[in-house]
Amino acid sequence: MFDARPVDTDYVRHRAAQFRAQVARRLDGSLTEEEFRPLRLMNGVYLQLHAYMLRIAIPYGTISPDQMRMLAHLAAHYDKGYGHWTTRQNIQFNWPKLVEIPDMLDHLASVGLHAIQTSGNTIRNTTTDAFAGAAKDEIADPRPYAELIRSWSTDHAEFQFLPRKFKIAISGGARDRALVSAHDIGLRIVERDGQRGFEVWVGGGLGRTPMLGKVIRDFLPEGDLLPYLESIIATYNLSGRRDNKYKARIKITVAERGLDVFKAEVEQEFEFRRADFRGIDQEALAGFRERFAPPSFRNAPVDGFEAERKANPAFRSWTDTNLHSHRIEGYASVIVTFKAPGATPGDASAEQMRLLADLAERYGHADIRISHDQNVVLPHVHKSDLPALYLALREVGLATANAGLTSDIIACPGMDYCTLATARSIPIAQEIAEHFRAEGLEEEIGKLNIRISGCINACGHHHLGHIGILGLDRAGVENYQITLGGDGYDIPAIGQRAGAGFPAEEVVPAIDRLLRAYLELREDAGEPFIDAYRRLGPAPFKAALYPETVDA
Amino acid sequence: MSKAFTPTAAKPGVITANDLREGHNVWMCEDGWTADPAQATLFEDEAIAELALLKAIGQSDLVVGPYMVEARRGPNGPEPTHFREAFRQTGPSNYFHGIQASKQCEAANV
Repeated sequence: MFDARPVDTDYVRHRAAQFRAQVARRLDGSLTEEEFRPLRLMNGVYLQLHAYMLRIAIPYGTISPDQMRMLAHLAAHYDKGYGHWTTRQNIQFNWPKLVEIPDMLDHLASVGLHAIQTSGNTIRNTTTDAFAGAAKDEIADPRPYAELIRSWSTDHAEFQFLPRKFKIAISGGARDRALVSAHDIGLRIVERDGQRGFEVWVGGGLGRTPMLGKVIRDFLPEGDLLPYLESIIATYNLSGRRDNKYKARIKITVAERGLDVFKAEVEQEFEFRRADFRGIDQEALAGFRERFAPPSFRNAPVDGFEAERKANPAFRSWTDTNLHSHRIEGYASVIVTFKAPGATPGDASAEQMRLLADLAERYGHADIRISHDQNVVLPHVHKSDLPALYLALREVGLATANAGLTSDIIACPGMDYCTLATARSIPIAQEIAEHFRAEGLEEEIGKLNIRISGCINACGHHHLGHIGILGLDRAGVENYQITLGGDGYDIPAIGQRAGAGFPAEEVVPAIDRLLRAYLELREDAGEPFIDAYRRLGPAPFKAALYPETVDA
Repeated sequence: MSKAFTPTAAKPGVITANDLREGHNVWMCEDGWTADPAQATLFEDEAIAELALLKAIGQSDLVVGPYMVEARRGPNGPEPTHFREAFRQTGPSNYFHGIQASKQCEAANV
């Protein structure tokens, strides 16, 4: 089992103590809200629509059972019994009281967790593949590199006041499952002539100006990772726009200056910066590799698993959808979806968190991952343990067989919680999930990514949805635009707007028409929605969404 | 939602903010701040409203981010005119949390 405490506990405790003093000074009037606001944001504390919100970092989505139990404790004692998994593989609590947040941070520090750099114009949580270290198609485990990036970027003095927030993702699989092309910097582990390195992407991002990144280096030797990242971010730090918040992300810097100009500046900076790295980073990396050493996998028969699959159709259905191929024979990675029909996507109760911690210890080599699609992954489960795991998950409503299907929707908190939102996301996600479950169409529809955002900031990744839904305020009424053809994985693409938006009550009927049309249009049951869309183009799908336009 | 709204007799408004210590939504009322939006003072005069907003801004030891927002006169007090404010006055739609839940508690205590 690896050591999942990636932070220096003394430093985290020190920061928690600092924040306690800052809160005290705010409450006694020594600090104004204007002075306090940047301090609370540096510690992950937002003010949302109904209450404060605390966002806690879960580095690259990797969390230990003890840390998960602490999150459960916070949910039960300081929130309203639940937390919310985010698309940055973090967790948010929606109801903390400012006066209690210092206590929450102390509790978090006791298990090596914190909320540092979960907000502000800093380098945010580096995200990765939830199946890291387990996936069959993996070239190398990305987590040692992610930890190297985390330790380097945490409290990096030069990068505490960037023009805008900065997000890095790293992927180690032959298939990218970390949305590399949609990040400020994306890294794909590659091998060339027996040497390990990275394909480096820059300038991707969603939000109000969605762009896919561009490859700035097709092969960066492994040892050059940190100096090269530092060169990109230092270049951006100087040339990124600070005059306009909406043009401040690196994607705009790269687009306005041109990749060639930007790259030349980065390479010039790199020559200078590389000299500063004298091997400490590589020594640290070697240590991180030990920390992420694989668990002691066991060799055991899987007869019980196969027998249960034959005997229990519900179990078979769950194993058909919610398992991911593991590199070790006899093992699987389990996707525990937090998307039961009617549930809020990504919400986890304290009870569910505690059970997952127990199950990870009992069946999963004590390893837990939060995935960017707001689910939890137990990366290493022996197949003979799956029947028992399934039964235990079912007890707390976590055995829905829907990973990657219609109801496995990513949805931001929307106007149910978020102060930036222009419309709600959660009820739309709930209605879609319930509708297609009730219609019994989910299995027939097959693989489908629906992504919902409640404003143009796109936290729900709607541009990357095969079907994307964007909630807007149209003259004081919630209205939903539908985008089609987005993809974050195999052939990255930004979804295109299908046409006029729909009022809330017409969204489910519109998606119903769209998906019934797809069932008619597809070549066979093996052609997923996105493939049919690519083959046929948008016209027949738009016709299904807007039948009255076609009639006229 | 505009934070620069100025009320008039035709388009009255209320002042709302978040409680500094706990974070819940509050509205300015006759004798301070209330968590019950129906108790909010309805401002119909621009000058009085501006003074009240200045007073609210001056109470940063109690509240965070006060702003004036449109409301209409209802039978039981001011009512929201926009869905965002309506959500702030009730709570999220996925759980019975927020002001809708605290109101139920109050009703149970009567």
